[in-house]
Amino acid sequence: MINLIINDQKVSVQAGTTVLAAAKKLKINIPTLCNHDDLCVAGNCRVCIVEQKGARTLIASCATPATEGMEIHTNTLKVRNARKHIVELLLSEHRSDCTKCYKNQNCELQSLANEFAFGDHIFLDLVEDKKYSIDRSSPSFIKDDSKCIRCQRCVRTCSELQYISAIAVANKGAHQKISSFHDRPMSHVVCTNCGQCVNRCPTGALVEKTYIDQVWDAIYDPDKHVVVQTAPAVRVALGEDLGYDPGERVTGKMVNALKQLGFNSVLDTDFSADLTIMEEGTELLVRLKKALVDGDTKVSLPMFTSCSPGWIKFIEHKYPEFLPNLSTCKSPQQMFGALAKTYYAKKRNIDPSKIVSVSIMPCTAKKFEADRPEMRASGYKDVDYVLTTRELAVMIKQAGLDFRNLEEAIYDSIMGESTGAAVIFGATGGVMEAALRTAYEIVTGREVPFGNLNITPVRGMDGVKEASIKIEGCVEAWSFLEGAELKIAIAHGLVNANKIMKLVKEGNAPYHFIEIMACPGGCIGGGGQPIPTNMQIRKNRMKAIYSEDENMVLRKSHLNPEVVAIYKEFLDKPNSHKSHELLHTHYVERDNF
Amino acid sequence: MENTGLNKVDLIFEKIDNKEVLAKAFKMTKEEIIKEVLDSGLKGRGGAGFPTGMKWKFTSEEKSPEKYIVCNADEGEPGTFKDREILDRVSNKVHGGMAIAGKAIGAKKGVVYLRGEYRYMLPKLMIELTSFHKMIKEIGYDFNIEYRMGSGAYICGEESALFESIEGKRGEPRNKPPYPTVSGLFEKPTSINNVETLVTAMMIVKHGAKNFIQYGTKDSRGSKVFSVSGDTPTPGIFELELGMTVLQFVDEFGDGDTKAVQVGGASGFCVPRKKFAETIIGFEGVPTGGSMKLFNSSRSMYNVLHNYLDFFTEESCGQCTPCRVGCQQLLKGVEKVKKGEAKSTYLNELMKLADSMKIAAKCGLGQSVGNAFKSIVGNFKEEIIY
Ligand SMILES: Cc1cc2nc3c(=O)[nH]c(=O)nc-3n(C[C@H](O)[C@H](O)[C@H](O)COP(=O)(O)O)c2cc1C
Ligand code: SF4
Ligand code: SF4
Ligand code: SF4
Ligand code: SF4
Ligand code: FES
Repeated sequence: MINLIINDQKVSVQAGTTVLAAAKKLKINIPTLCNHDDLCVAGNCRVCIVEQKGARTLIASCATPATEGMEIHTNTLKVRNARKHIVELLLSEHRSDCTKCYKNQNCELQSLANEFAFGDHIFLDLVEDKKYSIDRSSPSFIKDDSKCIRCQRCVRTCSELQYISAIAVANKGAHQKISSFHDRPMSHVVCTNCGQCVNRCPTGALVEKTYIDQVWDAIYDPDKHVVVQTAPAVRVALGEDLGYDPGERVTGKMVNALKQLGFNSVLDTDFSADLTIMEEGTELLVRLKKALVDGDTKVSLPMFTSCSPGWIKFIEHKYPEFLPNLSTCKSPQQMFGALAKTYYAKKRNIDPSKIVSVSIMPCTAKKFEADRPEMRASGYKDVDYVLTTRELAVMIKQAGLDFRNLEEAIYDSIMGESTGAAVIFGATGGVMEAALRTAYEIVTGREVPFGNLNITPVRGMDGVKEASIKIEGCVEAWSFLEGAELKIAIAHGLVNANKIMKLVKEGNAPYHFIEIMACPGGCIGGGGQPIPTNMQIRKNRMKAIYSEDENMVLRKSHLNPEVVAIYKEFLDKPNSHKSHELLHTHYVERDNF
Repeated sequence: MENTGLNKVDLIFEKIDNKEVLAKAFKMTKEEIIKEVLDSGLKGRGGAGFPTGMKWKFTSEEKSPEKYIVCNADEGEPGTFKDREILDRVSNKVHGGMAIAGKAIGAKKGVVYLRGEYRYMLPKLMIELTSFHKMIKEIGYDFNIEYRMGSGAYICGEESALFESIEGKRGEPRNKPPYPTVSGLFEKPTSINNVETLVTAMMIVKHGAKNFIQYGTKDSRGSKVFSVSGDTPTPGIFELELGMTVLQFVDEFGDGDTKAVQVGGASGFCVPRKKFAETIIGFEGVPTGGSMKLFNSSRSMYNVLHNYLDFFTEESCGQCTPCRVGCQQLLKGVEKVKKGEAKSTYLNELMKLADSMKIAAKCGLGQSVGNAFKSIVGNFKEEIIY
């Protein structure tokens, strides 16, 4: 243990602990900007400077490990003056038009300005000399350089967590900026639209592209029937933007709030998640059968999940030779969209051209996905508008709802029914677990051999998880799988996806089925989730997801009554012709820059 | 140049038998080498002035099978051109100094990071390096040197940015600690030394520390090479004993009308005429990596300052706030004051900003911008305002 003194208080910490963390242990707050728990230390904003006795300069507390006998003061005149200067300097380069900024009141720079730089600015305005540009090319987010404080969180996110480096630091000195490859528009680089950078940006320099006004317009248009679907991960995170602690489930209140906002029908992406399991599970079994029984050597195995549009774009850019390994299933969002304007329209007797289909997602990549030209199976744009969890919170605030005191409500029907298997889609390993719960039962006629259906080996925050399941006692139709060992792997965060893809490419991946989610922790850690998101918060949300699952009566996708019904009435059977038309898709190869 | 009281020294460019000195050095233990250099009081000639013996000692104490000795030949400080001359005339001694340092710290590999603009020297240096490699092989010593080219950014002379650059990354300074002696090039313990430092160390091994400490003062031992430029009838490279005052220096090199001397380049200090007599050139006064620029009364100190600020505004790596934005503010601030668009009292705010930059910037670049700024504004305020 290392002993040091901060503001005259003694504290002992593990070797390697930063001064910042040591101070936190004493509940001494030191402001930060470039620091983020998910990322490596940058030490570039310098807001966290403190005074170390005997040191020539101030030290950056986030970047300096505590050493034995260190004496630190966090709030001396020297520190305050320098810190005020730093905040003033940042503001002088920054277009501070808070009142029209999406991050107003949820901005780390603004909070610091409130503390350290209210009143007249000391320094000259530099913004007028800069030729800042705004990149609106991505359907998912806006990059506004005039709001950027060069903390490089986004750059670190994109390279460390996502292994993409779609954005990097360019130029030096006064011209330094965050740029894409050759300054190309974000829509024309390897960016996966995952929004992880957006989630970590402390200012309004990276924000999702919002469609709130369009959604309001649709709601108020008496001619339109507006359906909304909510992704599983939204219900365990939305509360954070409305004053709840991370990890509190607000499903019922959220449903009620959506009704109050005026959506005509409040439905659940869980329904199409269950459908995904039926389609994808069947697809996997068919591929296995082709490979094992028919001896078809062209079958693409391992099969990869396809519900994470960030991951889809990643593989399209980086490993296009493996596109045939992707499940052809659309993501639950897009399955839902395709059915909303076909099956739902028919059942509810509504003209599909009058349906506006909105989805609430933990994800910014879903905005891009909804815009893909492939996603018009219904003859219309299957999903019209995608809002993030954060945008929904904004709408709830705009409407003045007293969220905390709302009654709990339940989803409408049809396409509002859910199972626990669908809920866990929101966490890494969840799709795999849901698929196993169903596929194992199809093949063996028995439930998965795990206590209370909880397939714990696929759960948790390890970046890459592996498991295998021995298939014994098959029912007759699947007897060719008797004794087979189904090998699976799971990765979340594209840096981990890349690890697996390298193995696959080298031929060192002995798996049959691989689940990949673009975001750390899966959708609970999605780019559209409340800010901040970090490991502890992801863990809390994950816990909430699994408790939601355990509290459900139905916990296996094939038991979802609405899923059973749709096959009977509309789709016939999994992977049927109709399914393929509406629920499956194809992928495109993309440039790698 | 007679009769000036300045003591010219011939150490760096002294003709020696390299092989003999190296053979002697390789017979010494690393402790003996380090002790000699420690006793000599040699401080780094790259600008920061860290005791070379200490640097070697720390690096030698690290337990790592792989270590590096890096020779900093980026020579980016405005007004310095002595390392070029040293490499041109006595590259063997640079390579020799690296081998000796390698022996002291336990490194088998050396890297010379050569300023991009010096690429034209590379063919000649390669030939000399080949014969050097042959020579140490003959002595029976295993050591290998490689050259890496810089690409024109001043910041890449900063040691940790230099490592990043060699590693193929963007040249941005790292957080310290860890220091290079613990985690330097490729995160291995590394001693990084200036070209001149390495040659001086080799000469200390040859002549002994006792000989070296005859020259200079307690805080600034020995002699060093100066790059003299500006308003002087005799620009060029001069090896002088340390410890002289600016007045002695100006007496020798000035044109009779010197009003200020910028000691240590853009990151150094501006000494005005009234302080010539009391200011010692060295670590007890104004330190310098070698750059000495004289200004006579025809020069506008506003222009001089503007030039330096322009330089820093461009050459800051841009990663940390105090330096990236601070430089722009200082530059724009003096422009506005000069034009009468800001009050002259605004200079006081800028002086405070320069203080903050000194203590809050991440690396030596941002920390030293205030040196030139404060010494020029402090001493020539009227020239900035009017
Ligand atoms: C911005 C900046 C530029 C530097 N440029 C050089 C340089 O060109 N050459 C050099 O030897 N040292 C340079 N230094 C100093 C090095 O960081 C380092 O201290 C030096 O190479 C150590 O060698 P020494 O101890 O032999 O002086 C620079 C430092 C800074 C902060
Ligand atoms: S980024 Fe923050 S400080 Fe800047 S305008 Fe937006 S809310 Fe205000
Ligand atoms: S959205 Fe994702 S891929 Fe695109 S720049 Fe941000 S972190 Fe990188
Ligand atoms: S875009 Fe945001 S995260 Fe990236 S450097 Fe700018 S302020 Fe930081
Ligand atoms: S002080 Fe300047 S050069 Fe050094 S790290 Fe900061 S911005 Fe870069
Ligand atoms: S938070 Fe420590 S330097 Fe930015």
